Amino acid sequence: MASDNFRVCPTTGLKVDFSAQTLIKLNAFTAIVFLLVGGLLGLAIVLTRWQAVHLLTAELFYRALTLHGIAMLVAWIVFFEMALLYFTSAILLNCRLAVPWLGWLQYILMLVGGAIVTVMVLTGNADVMFTSYVPLKAHHLYYLGIVLFAVGAILGCVTFFATLGIAKTEKTYQGSVPLVTYGAIVAAIIAILTLAHGAIFFIPTWLWALGVIPMMDPETYRLLFWGFGHSTQQINVAAMIACWYAIGTLTVGAQPASEKFSRSAFALYAIFICIASEHHLLVDPGISAAHKEWNTGYFMHLAVLASMMHAFSVPAQIEIALRKKGYTKGMFEWLKKAPWGDPAFSSMVFSVTGFGFMGGITGILYGTEQLNIIRHNTIAVPGHFHATVVVGTTMAFMGITYYVLPLIFQRQVAFPTVAKLQPYVYGVGMWIFCIAMMFVGGFGVPRRHWDITAAESLFKGELSFGPTVDLGFAVVAIGGVLAFVGGAMFVLNAVATVAMGKKVNQ
Amino acid sequence: MSLGSPTKYWWDEPLDPYEKTWVWAAGVFCVLITIAMPFWHYTGDQNPSQEYYKISPEKFDAATERFITAYKVGEEQGIPVVVPPPKSDIFIRAHQFGWEPILKLKVGQSYKLHLGSMDMNHGFSLQPINMNFQVVPGWDNILNITPTTTGVFHIVCNEYCGLGHHTMIGKLYVE
Ligand code: HEM
Ligand SMILES: [Cu+2]
Ligand SMILES: [Cu+2]
Repeated sequence: MASDNFRVCPTTGLKVDFSAQTLIKLNAFTAIVFLLVGGLLGLAIVLTRWQAVHLLTAELFYRALTLHGIAMLVAWIVFFEMALLYFTSAILLNCRLAVPWLGWLQYILMLVGGAIVTVMVLTGNADVMFTSYVPLKAHHLYYLGIVLFAVGAILGCVTFFATLGIAKTEKTYQGSVPLVTYGAIVAAIIAILTLAHGAIFFIPTWLWALGVIPMMDPETYRLLFWGFGHSTQQINVAAMIACWYAIGTLTVGAQPASEKFSRSAFALYAIFICIASEHHLLVDPGISAAHKEWNTGYFMHLAVLASMMHAFSVPAQIEIALRKKGYTKGMFEWLKKAPWGDPAFSSMVFSVTGFGFMGGITGILYGTEQLNIIRHNTIAVPGHFHATVVVGTTMAFMGITYYVLPLIFQRQVAFPTVAKLQPYVYGVGMWIFCIAMMFVGGFGVPRRHWDITAAESLFKGELSFGPTVDLGFAVVAIGGVLAFVGGAMFVLNAVATVAMGKKVNQ
Repeated sequence: MSLGSPTKYWWDEPLDPYEKTWVWAAGVFCVLITIAMPFWHYTGDQNPSQEYYKISPEKFDAATERFITAYKVGEEQGIPVVVPPPKSDIFIRAHQFGWEPILKLKVGQSYKLHLGSMDMNHGFSLQPINMNFQVVPGWDNILNITPTTTGVFHIVCNEYCGLGHHTMIGKLYVE
């Protein structure tokens, strides 16, 4: 049945649209390149914060930190999400990709935008961190780069929805869309809303950097920034959970225990997107306590409810599937016999547990008005979000990559043993790294800080966080280096697979 | 399977008792943590005080200068040292890259502390007791404080504010 624009996947029997396939390859590969860049920067940063090594100069440290945040949180994650959008629409629905040139425009705009931002940061024209709180000012091209990137991402979402429309009218699937596609729809809805919201403050900030209009009030900027910045994290959560379900099916043939249960939980994310964002502003002036409490308390916990529902149904569906395979002895035979050597499976288990136990719990704690006083802007905060966005989202994306390689790139993973070990190296490293950072943060150690001995300040020699913190940073560094090694194992294996992996038989 | 379309009437299928129990348990947990925050806001004694005003950096600067002239007792490292009377309005001015003045406060006395910035966002991080507040240009962030321990404290800037961020350290005494 393979026509000019399709091939038929030998494993799944699905029709694979060639333009969708090319765009998935390009976006996923670009994402992985950014993961490599961000990983090298992460290594340099962590070896600087460990003051026994203190690798980079102050200027390079702040520059590296700015680019690390952008290369990872923006480029790696969003490029990968674009690949997921094309995969969950065109491929899973057995459909052609709507308006392929729009997909190409998505890729080109994001690539050009990302390149402009990278160059601006590297040349010292944007030492503002990815948050770029005004009055910190970057070169106006930096903001243009971000805007181009965001427009590209919106076009990706438009292509996604157009493809869903075609699939529906051409009846390429029966009944409702698959659960994974449903999760991607939630992610894309949130993406369109939040990116449009981002324009409200990014475009005025760009015009301000150009000298056209006066600066926006700095607290208003912070409010608008986090209304966008926090909500975009719900995209990552929805995409990550879609990957959990996909990996459950791909590795052990799991089926959602209840479609109604899982889909209701996804819907909660879309309904309660913009809230909780004020947990970034709990110790700020300009917003009343009542407003902060409504925003971070009542509404946020409905998104928490959603995560807790998934945290139940994802392991449950895996247990059910494994028990069906006959692993029914005692309470835990299914757990023992689970495919721990399958890197997608082990990545997913790290992702679920790290996101829930490490990221979720600390998020709820640090996000309360009172506890925030003792954690705001300490290094415990990066400890928390490396648990959510690295152990959680990044490991879920790494896991699904092990299936994207054979299914879409049509190559067998080049080094299967490396792949088998990779999630453990990365996951264990990241657990150590996160917990140590949260521990050190408890002593009040600031984030985004080059020198906590204050050697270049007026009160040089007076300030010390004590030997426990020095030891803590050594542990942070050990975890960070281990995670770097795990990240390198992933990236090199993926690149080697694409370049020279054995072709999967057609 | 989650990669294929579900059976047609998935929304009619009833939930399993386990699932129902879990939703209820999780729901109760969410309600409890939701109540905890406002509950502590009214009953606890460490909350961010929610007083703030819009004020231009120039005006805040002038107020700080008046405050320094009124109560200055000396200098340390070129920074004025100020001993304000208890129960008064006291000021700390943040700028790239320093905090002024150095306050000498009395333990057990209450003060109204005004935090303001001359330029960028800064982070008021009082060490080693570890309390952190955001200092935003254009705003007066007011904290009602009562020092409970004597000693020397340092104010670390914990909001990135430019390439000299790590040199921005202030000092505060409680006696
Ligand atoms: C090898 C893995 C990694 C290492 C060793 C690492 C290390 C670090 C360190 C040490 C910091 C700075 C803490 C500070 O001084 O404030 C940091 C910040 C950050 N990291 Fe990572 N990281 C890694 C992977 C990732 C990944 C995969 C992501 C995103 C998906 C990520 C996102 C961020 C963000 C957003 C920041 C905050 C930047 C800022 O404060 O502006 N990191 N990372
Ligand atoms: Cu500062
Ligand atoms: Cu600073």
